[in-house]
Amino acid sequence: MLALALAITVAGCAKQAPATQAPTPARAAPTTAGSSDSTPAATYGPGALSVPNADPYPSTYKPFPSKPTLIENVTIFTAVGPRIVNGALLMKDNKIAAVGKGADDPAIKQAEGGEAPVVIDGAGKFVTPGIIDVHSHLGVYPAPAVESNSDGNELVNPVTPYVWAEHSIWPQDPQFPRNLAGGVTTLQVLPGSGNLFGGRSAILKVVPARTVQGMKFPGAKYGLKMACGENPKRVYGNRGGPQTRMGNMAGYRAEWIKAEAYRRKWDAWLKTRKGEPPTRDLGLETLAEVLRGNILPQMHCYRADEMAQVIDMSHEFGYKVRAFHHGVEAYKIADLLAKEGIGAAVWADWGDFKMEALDAVRANMALLWKAGVKVMIHSDDPSGSQRLNQEVAKAMAAGRAIGLNITEEDAVKWMTINPAWALDLDSKIGSIETGKDADVVLWSGDPFSVYTHTEKVWIDGALLYDRSDPKAQWRSDFELGFVPDETTGGTQR
Amino acid sequence: MTSRTLYVMAAACAAAFIAPVSTLAAQTVAITGGKVYPVSGPPIENGTVLIKDGKIVAVGANITVPADAEKVDASGKWVTPGLVDAETQLGLVEVGFGAGANESRARSEQGITPDFTSWDGLNPRSVLIPPAREEGVTSVMSTPGGGLIAGQAAMIDLFGDTRAEMILRAPAAMIASIGDEGGDGAPAKGQQIAKLREILQDTRYYQKHVAEFDRGQSRQMPLNPGSLAALVPVLEGKVPLLINADQASDIQSAIDLAKEFGIKVIIGGGEEAWEVADRLAAAKIPVLAGAESNIPSSFSTLGARQDNVALLRKAGVEVALIGNGAGDESLFNVRNIRYEAGNAVGYGLSWNDALKAITQAPAEIFGVADKIGTLQAGHEANVVVWDGDPFEFATRAVAVYVHGKKQNDVSRQDLLTKRYEQLPPSYGKP
Repeated sequence: MLALALAITVAGCAKQAPATQAPTPARAAPTTAGSSDSTPAATYGPGALSVPNADPYPSTYKPFPSKPTLIENVTIFTAVGPRIVNGALLMKDNKIAAVGKGADDPAIKQAEGGEAPVVIDGAGKFVTPGIIDVHSHLGVYPAPAVESNSDGNELVNPVTPYVWAEHSIWPQDPQFPRNLAGGVTTLQVLPGSGNLFGGRSAILKVVPARTVQGMKFPGAKYGLKMACGENPKRVYGNRGGPQTRMGNMAGYRAEWIKAEAYRRKWDAWLKTRKGEPPTRDLGLETLAEVLRGNILPQMHCYRADEMAQVIDMSHEFGYKVRAFHHGVEAYKIADLLAKEGIGAAVWADWGDFKMEALDAVRANMALLWKAGVKVMIHSDDPSGSQRLNQEVAKAMAAGRAIGLNITEEDAVKWMTINPAWALDLDSKIGSIETGKDADVVLWSGDPFSVYTHTEKVWIDGALLYDRSDPKAQWRSDFELGFVPDETTGGTQR
Repeated sequence: MTSRTLYVMAAACAAAFIAPVSTLAAQTVAITGGKVYPVSGPPIENGTVLIKDGKIVAVGANITVPADAEKVDASGKWVTPGLVDAETQLGLVEVGFGAGANESRARSEQGITPDFTSWDGLNPRSVLIPPAREEGVTSVMSTPGGGLIAGQAAMIDLFGDTRAEMILRAPAAMIASIGDEGGDGAPAKGQQIAKLREILQDTRYYQKHVAEFDRGQSRQMPLNPGSLAALVPVLEGKVPLLINADQASDIQSAIDLAKEFGIKVIIGGGEEAWEVADRLAAAKIPVLAGAESNIPSSFSTLGARQDNVALLRKAGVEVALIGNGAGDESLFNVRNIRYEAGNAVGYGLSWNDALKAITQAPAEIFGVADKIGTLQAGHEANVVVWDGDPFEFATRAVAVYVHGKKQNDVSRQDLLTKRYEQLPPSYGKP
């Protein structure tokens, strides 16, 4: 039993771990002196070692069954170039097989072959890549939002880089199917923002599954949730601190110092693998992985001045913030963010709900875009996440209102390829390009109109949402019996 | 220069812009050539809205424009009444929390404060008013919150710099909540409903024995005479009781309460209202609801669905839209009420009903339909000119009139945007 478990874990590691540093394979066990019976020698599992890119809870996601599908006569926003009017898109073997001007485009013809594709007439309709929400709490703050389900903020200590969001995520959260219906195909689920170091994020494909492993995006890097400003102060001000913004900074720095020492100790040991390995520390391990560049810091920060402090701190310790989240004042330091190559994941128009949100402006995204920052919409909200296209529409309108010439092609990037970049997944998702995962949304019209709906959503080429077929729509276990079944059109639950 | 000084300067600057320009001279304005949506009647192509001394004097296709009128060319544009948001905290709350800038909640042990006249704390200079007004919202319900009975709410025009100028009707409603909405560890719903019934019974007793109360000869009541006096207009049907309730069974309790006491009830929130739509229609109880809720976020909202409003209308219920999607829609984003309408259309409400649900319907529900909500002669001249369909994101309000005066709002957000449009910002420049 133990051996079997070990074998599976190791197989998962080998398959999933990126190749930067070889994960520790099943290793020669220390010999048990004097043992003469047939009991297998005692081994230590991979959990005994702090190994870069270890993947102890590996993805078991497999694409759902799919048929080759051709959408034709459709307007395609590829997120990498100009729109294709009267375009055609072929999905096959979980990937985007071809994109062209029409069904007769040589590229399409060449990619066809074998099973005849399902053909969808997209006249008057639009296609975009699947939407990516880099700031979600689905599953860790599921619906119903009752105390027993509150699993997003480990508010026992301001420093909890040791928790992993995936160990809280409830795959039966009824918010998942609603997100999918809103065209969201990939989520970064983050721990909450009460702590300085909140824990690891999980990157998910928005698919029905019994386990979170069944949703995990294969090969995705982890993110580290960190938080600036009012929240840690509010939670810990009367519980031992931090009580101030300077206390926040001191709290991060003290931990980075420990993490750097931890990283050095382990990297030295991993070079030779001789002698007693150092003791693992789950929290420092996550931070060491940030210092090695294997985990991407996703930093909740509202105020411009605080973001600048965090940037200096990242220089002090030699890591890179991947994206500032919320960033309601990011427009004030757009030049700095552009220079540093740090992304900005922001709302279209949230503000005023607390002091650090006071200076929100609706042109935030547009001003960041103008400065050349990798800007993206995010939700932090299960309702807003279902309408990220509308949020982008608002942000685009705000930019145009101050005279910026933002095209719809530009704006599409804010919900697709740019968030894909923030997750370091832009080589796999986020655009309509041959060879990418076939995560695709078919819209009833222009995605930036308030009247437009998603009609169909594919993930890895599998049709997982179809507005015209309520019977085929995903309902989580929780919904059965509790939530009125819209397919009956009545109140039957 | 410290950031605090900067902030104070910005605020002072904003306040200077916010103060509306009031001119005493009689003023006639003719908005001509647009497609006019009076809401009280069918749209008028190439219509004219004629405004004099702050009131609408004529609306139609063949209106004679006086020679001295200021002419506003609205060709190719859409003209609607100023939008009305039926549930906000504008003027009462300046910052969500952590700033001590919240005048929306009365303090009491039991959460029963019917004598709280929330508008006495209304701030006409709130920086949250210009962002709403510059995008076409000209009137709102400004409501207190919290507890079983939160207090009294006013319907206000976003106009003027005194409460007297702003208030259209006060009280326009008494605000109560049943269920999870009660919050703060609300007691069992049965207890909440029994308490509401007891309070109304006590009010009835008070009403009949005012003289004895005045002489201090009445029996003791849980509520003070001021609170009971505040509830008399509710019992008399002069002020509606707005009951925030989501669960179908709680909405049914509200329907029963309305019948038992013969009072006017309005349902607020009403996420499961569609499940009792026929009974609401029969009882003539209107509903304030949003168009973006579809999450079973509590056991009282398991039936939340986005076509709630459309289903209610279909059953004949009067509906007004309120913001209940993401993002501070009772304060910072009151302006988003028009997108709520657009989403309602996306989920089956007719376009005309959606416009009505953010203009005429809330005006009728709160008893100010003779003043606002439609473009009709005699009404306050709250008029918006749009450069397209007002429900679309790309559309902008190009001119906003309140009481016949063109508003030239420069919101705090506009000032910040202007300051940072070029980086580095122009600190210190005159």
